[in-house]
Amino acid sequence: MMATVPMEHGLILAALIFALGFVGVLVRRNIVFMLMSIEIMLNAVGIAFVVAGARWGQPDGQIMFIFILTMAAAEVSVGLALVIQLYHNLKTLDADAANSMKG
Amino acid sequence: MHNYLFLIPALPFAGFLILALAGRRLSKTTVALVGAGSVGLSALLTMIMAIEFIGSQGETFTQTLWTWMKVGGFSASISFTLDALSLVMLFVITFVGFLIHIYSTEFMQNDEGYSRFFAYMNLFVGSMLTLVLADNLLLLYLGWEGVGLCSYLLIGFWYKDPANGAAARKAFIVTRIGDTSMAIGLFLLYANLGTLHIQELMHRASAEWQIGSPLALAAAALLLGGAVGKSAQLPLQTWLPDAMAGPTPVSALIHAATMVTAGVYLIARTHVLFTLAPIVQTAVAVIGAATLLLAGFSALTQKDIKRVLAYSTISQIGYMFLALGVGAWSAAMFHFMTHAFFKALLFLGAGVVILAQHEEHDMFKMGGLRKRLPIVFWTFLLGSASLSALPLVTAGFYSKDLILWQAWSSPTGGLWLWLAGLLGAFITSLYTFRMVFVTFFGKEKIALSMKPGRRMVLPLIVLALLSIVGGFVELPETLGNLPLFSSFMSGVFPASSEHAAGTMEQLLQIVASLVAVSGIGFAYILYIRKPAFTEKFAAARPVEALRRFWLSGWGFDSLYDALFVKPFISIARIIKHDPIDSGYDGIVTMNTALHRVLSKTQTGSIRWYAAGIAIGVVVFLGIVIILS
Repeated sequence: MMATVPMEHGLILAALIFALGFVGVLVRRNIVFMLMSIEIMLNAVGIAFVVAGARWGQPDGQIMFIFILTMAAAEVSVGLALVIQLYHNLKTLDADAANSMKG
Repeated sequence: MHNYLFLIPALPFAGFLILALAGRRLSKTTVALVGAGSVGLSALLTMIMAIEFIGSQGETFTQTLWTWMKVGGFSASISFTLDALSLVMLFVITFVGFLIHIYSTEFMQNDEGYSRFFAYMNLFVGSMLTLVLADNLLLLYLGWEGVGLCSYLLIGFWYKDPANGAAARKAFIVTRIGDTSMAIGLFLLYANLGTLHIQELMHRASAEWQIGSPLALAAAALLLGGAVGKSAQLPLQTWLPDAMAGPTPVSALIHAATMVTAGVYLIARTHVLFTLAPIVQTAVAVIGAATLLLAGFSALTQKDIKRVLAYSTISQIGYMFLALGVGAWSAAMFHFMTHAFFKALLFLGAGVVILAQHEEHDMFKMGGLRKRLPIVFWTFLLGSASLSALPLVTAGFYSKDLILWQAWSSPTGGLWLWLAGLLGAFITSLYTFRMVFVTFFGKEKIALSMKPGRRMVLPLIVLALLSIVGGFVELPETLGNLPLFSSFMSGVFPASSEHAAGTMEQLLQIVASLVAVSGIGFAYILYIRKPAFTEKFAAARPVEALRRFWLSGWGFDSLYDALFVKPFISIARIIKHDPIDSGYDGIVTMNTALHRVLSKTQTGSIRWYAAGIAIGVVVFLGIVIILS
């Protein structure tokens, strides 16, 4: 039997990547980088699904990942369209500049 | 002819409608013709009715016009009853009213509200006639409120002066207290006896209630409350002196001759109830005796000639209440009649005097009018003599003497009530002749500004005649024994107490006559012989304090001010800011503050929101983990 990666290791990796992506969303002001960070967070979730699927020997985790992948593609297309609109209107990619909708 | 009974109140109402709808377009002559004519026709009809009534041996006649309302078991109809009591009231209202209307056509000649005045006056006469003709208490109450409304409108007739408006409101509100009590009395009567028809009500009351039973006491006391308010008796007398703000004919008609005696009429009409409640009947006598003294003393100190007459009216109605209280029903009505004659005369005379003295009301600024206004002087003198009950020749003597005698001899009367009446008689002649001497004698102080015309003098002469001969319809046993009036009334009222020893009656009459004459003599000494002494006496400190106290009507106004008006106003001031709402206001303020705090978190920065979501997730996951 092949030496398997323990589940905990996989989940810790997913958590680390998710945290990295989340920090990226919080600290980056450039909206393109924020989108990229969200992609990283999505992939971290994907890893968690795959690891969990492997643990119980079920295909569901990998199927979920395929779903996430398609969803991410759609999300990126909408997100990039929004980025273009933002740049078009504000002549900047700074997310903090788009803060006119407050209290 | 009986079937035309409804026309007696209908004619003045028609006059009111014509004047109210078309008064502005009519000429003054037409207005006067409609205004006085409608009342004059009513008077004529009353005359015919009276002849027929006496011809038919005093048979009670009822005319039902239509059903006013019918709800469940309750029905009230518009129907009028003619009996001896209502006939006397009719006679006084229409005849004295007609004379006052004639007088007013000249008195109000230069007033811009000429047609408005006659419209109100006609409405008043119509309402008053409805009140006395009503055969059920509900219709009576309608008339009762109608006259209250007209009183309000006419006191505030010259509405441009805010003081007149205030006097009108005061009269309306104070009488309203009594009216409320009367309305509750009607509810009580209907709830317990199941009818408001007066004859039926009296039958059932005497059949179902014992003498002195609590329900009878309550009903009589509540009706007494209404009578006290309308007739300006203690403790609701404060509105009448202020009501003198209205035109003088109004004071003569409403606040002397007719409306203020509605309370007397009410008690006389429901006298069965009062005999079932002896305690309340005693209260009527005591209220009457106290009021006649209180108002008499106040009249002694007034300077405004109309206020003297106002207090005098309160005092004379006190006599009527005293008579009612001792069960001398027909004596009360007799005094009502003679009082209507001489008090209307005095008010009309005072009206001429005030007009002739450039609207001056203060008697002490007048003087010497005896030679300038001879007819007014002589008629005024006759009226005053009648008011002071000058023995043998005046109407006031016979009616007041009857009351005093019954106050003494009636089983419910007694020495104290008689003494109060006697003292009142002395004060009456004192203040009356003080008024006569100060106004008509002495030096002339203000030049005459007008001479009364024929339409003003004629009513004075007629009323002066009536104030003299009006008394001869009821001569006591000791002086001719001609009880026309009381036998006329015998169909309505139970016979008053048996006449006792004639010598006693004679003795009391002599005492009463001496007292009345000595009052006049005293006034003569004080105001003609030694006015300097009177002034010095009045200026002494304790006398001055007492004079001020009486001038203010025994301080009742300031007492009520402190007891009711001021607390009411301060409560109103608190309520104005809705104290109960402040609790809800607190919730609103809290919500607004919370909203402000929360809306601070909505910064518009997307990174802030992301951090918020993350913290939220961490917190909730933490809670879930800790709880599991």
